[in-house]
Amino acid sequence: MKITTSRRISQIFFFVLFIWLCVVTTVGEKFWQIHGWLVNFFLYLDPLGAIGTALTTHKLYAPLFWSLITVILTILIGRFFCGIVCPFGALHQFVSHLAHGRKKTELITLHKYHKVQNIKYYILFAILIIAAFGKYSSLQCGLLDPISLLTRSINLLILPIIDNLAKISATSRFYQTSLLTLTVFLTFVLLNFYKPRFFCLYICPLGALFGIINRFAILRINRNLSKCTDCKLCNAHCQGSCQPAETVKLSECLLCFNCLDDCKFNAIDFDTADAKTGQVSPDLSRRGVLAAAFTGLLTLPALRLFGVSYKDNNLLRPPGAIPEKDFIKRCLKCGQCMRLCPTNVIQPAGIESGLENLLTPVMNNRIGSSGCQLDCVACGYICPTATIRPLTLAEKLGKGDFSSKGPVKIGTAYVNRSTCLPWAFGRPCLVCQENCPVSPKAIYTRPNSEPQNETTLLLPYVDANLCIGCGICQHECPVGSKGAIIVTPDGQSRENRLFL
Amino acid sequence: MTQNKISRRDFILRSTKAGISAATAAALAGLLYESNPAKISPQSGHIVEPMDYSVPPIAGKTISIVTGFSRSAAVTKAVELLGGMERFIKPGDNILLKPNVGFSLPPRVCATTHPELIAQTIKLCYKAGAKKVFITDNPINDPKSCFELTEIASAAQKNNAEIIMPRQDYFKSVTLKGAELIANWPILYEPLKKVNKVIGIAVVKDHKTSGASMLMKNWYGLLGGNRSIFHQDINKIIVELATLIKPTLVILDGTQIMVSNGPTGGSESDLKQTDTMIASCDQVAADSFGASLLGLTPDDLPYLVKAEKLGLGTTDYKSLNPLYAKLRE
Repeated sequence: MKITTSRRISQIFFFVLFIWLCVVTTVGEKFWQIHGWLVNFFLYLDPLGAIGTALTTHKLYAPLFWSLITVILTILIGRFFCGIVCPFGALHQFVSHLAHGRKKTELITLHKYHKVQNIKYYILFAILIIAAFGKYSSLQCGLLDPISLLTRSINLLILPIIDNLAKISATSRFYQTSLLTLTVFLTFVLLNFYKPRFFCLYICPLGALFGIINRFAILRINRNLSKCTDCKLCNAHCQGSCQPAETVKLSECLLCFNCLDDCKFNAIDFDTADAKTGQVSPDLSRRGVLAAAFTGLLTLPALRLFGVSYKDNNLLRPPGAIPEKDFIKRCLKCGQCMRLCPTNVIQPAGIESGLENLLTPVMNNRIGSSGCQLDCVACGYICPTATIRPLTLAEKLGKGDFSSKGPVKIGTAYVNRSTCLPWAFGRPCLVCQENCPVSPKAIYTRPNSEPQNETTLLLPYVDANLCIGCGICQHECPVGSKGAIIVTPDGQSRENRLFL
Repeated sequence: MTQNKISRRDFILRSTKAGISAATAAALAGLLYESNPAKISPQSGHIVEPMDYSVPPIAGKTISIVTGFSRSAAVTKAVELLGGMERFIKPGDNILLKPNVGFSLPPRVCATTHPELIAQTIKLCYKAGAKKVFITDNPINDPKSCFELTEIASAAQKNNAEIIMPRQDYFKSVTLKGAELIANWPILYEPLKKVNKVIGIAVVKDHKTSGASMLMKNWYGLLGGNRSIFHQDINKIIVELATLIKPTLVILDGTQIMVSNGPTGGSESDLKQTDTMIASCDQVAADSFGASLLGLTPDDLPYLVKAEKLGLGTTDYKSLNPLYAKLRE
């Protein structure tokens, strides 16, 4: 079997595995549901998340340790992840294959190395600088990390579209940033028409990371000058545009092995030979690196200029979320919690939650099938970085060993008396009181002092000490728009208390 | 430099194509022309008559009340007293069970119909020759979680009954003849259309707005849309629902009733052991008896009084000479 055939088989395998792991990220116990599947497999293998969180938190969270395998293998043999594992890379390669003709001369021009490819290294530097801000750091690698980006695109865009059309879930799924997800995903996929593997060549910060750490790789692509006839055919299908026919840019080499296959004279080898024909380090300039660092230094405070920062403490996060200042240091923006949440209440944040928080999980009680479900802790168990801590049910509900601590509070509900039907219009309602799931109920009633007709009108009140902020009341409130009972993050367990 | 003009032939060809294109555009615009702006008028919805699934009454066999702590034994006995499931189900019938699946809570807190009761009812239906038993509800919490956590899904699966999820396309906007509230409102219509017998199975629960949630309130689970608005006139909507559905049989579970923090409860401390099972052909009578378990009289529950006035049943269940039985403990 040709080496490129086995590479293709591997790519198809990992792509199908990736999609399968997205599909099984569904609450349930059937074989196609989450029961037992290692759905974070690719996120764990991704060292960008690991390095990013290590920079922001100065620790390496246990499951991210798996990425060490990827790092060590890359150090030894080069960017194997890009060429034979990465599902996003496989998608780009496939689309590029469809998008371009088969004429060798055109392909040689198309796959020409371009110095602008180095922009990905600068993107990586900017992301790492933002993560290394110390006390003020922020983890933004998830925006462009190929695994996070593809996980989001499949889980929050492609699968929900299929699900809603085929009516697989009992209730339709919704994600409020669908336009952004669609635009980003389509843009990167369609850019393959302009240049094959555009994303991998110009954007991918993970690829850039591999491009830097593969400089001591033991096995490398070498051109044997004694056999080479200078036909340039090895350039025709080069996925990394690293031009094996010239001085091969080893930092760009994705290990697609197309050059080995294309050479009719066996002049290309993947071995330990002395790389006289290769350039190991990327074409970076000191000026460029400084510019990237400057960009990073300017970007983070600029994001925070938007005015919604962690100090405002105004985001409603899933139960078990760590305090806001730490949250933004860990969240990979992968969207796994949003995909798994059985009630669909966890939503990707739009820009209204602050630019820095874009695509991090927030709760929108008016979307989905029913607020935050009392007996559910799914989001904490899937989070790859424990940004949402894995809670036990006892801890979430404040039972057993946790009875002294009380339940985990997501926030506190407020009755808006100027829109609440009984308060504003003197009409009976109490849907919120009925649906309050805690016992004793956090919503209680008192009769209106002026009796209405023959029956007394009951008015809803919230007992802030009992309310856990699950949002079921807000979901069920018949009043349009945001509802007349609104859950705010006030009093949430992870931040300061509400009352003195 | 002068450019060559096109030939006459080319000119005519080009003019003809341009002419046809222009004419097509004009014709399409003319065909689609509408002078009046669209009107905003509410649609009337599909007008329906009350849906009658009942069987002919037998005097003295309208309601049975069985005391016992085992739900399956009690329901078997209660149905047997009314003449057995064979009286209600003919071989080949398709049956719809409408339990209360409202909340994603485990069976032990009794906020939903108990899976043991559902399992036994399914068995009785199949024993009487039912072709297929369906179960449906449009719960308040996430539907899938509700069916699974209440263990109704597994009870159905073990006993070969099919759950019909409240999918959007199973709802149909209907207008009930003479009704004020069920007017152009989405109803979980698909399951009702599929069957020729309907059995309501509910639990006795405390309920702030209506006083008590039992069999009649249980039909609320057939409503779709923003149904929360009906709490402004809860008694009327309950009566309209009871008018819409005339069930074959109703089963009211008073084994453990929810006396506080209803209708969600959530804690076993909200429950009271009352060891009673009611089977009835008259849902008003069954609810009236159920109210007594909560220490209420029919007068405390305006929907019962209204339903009686409309001839949907009697609140004076004693006048029906209930068949009593006590199971040996």
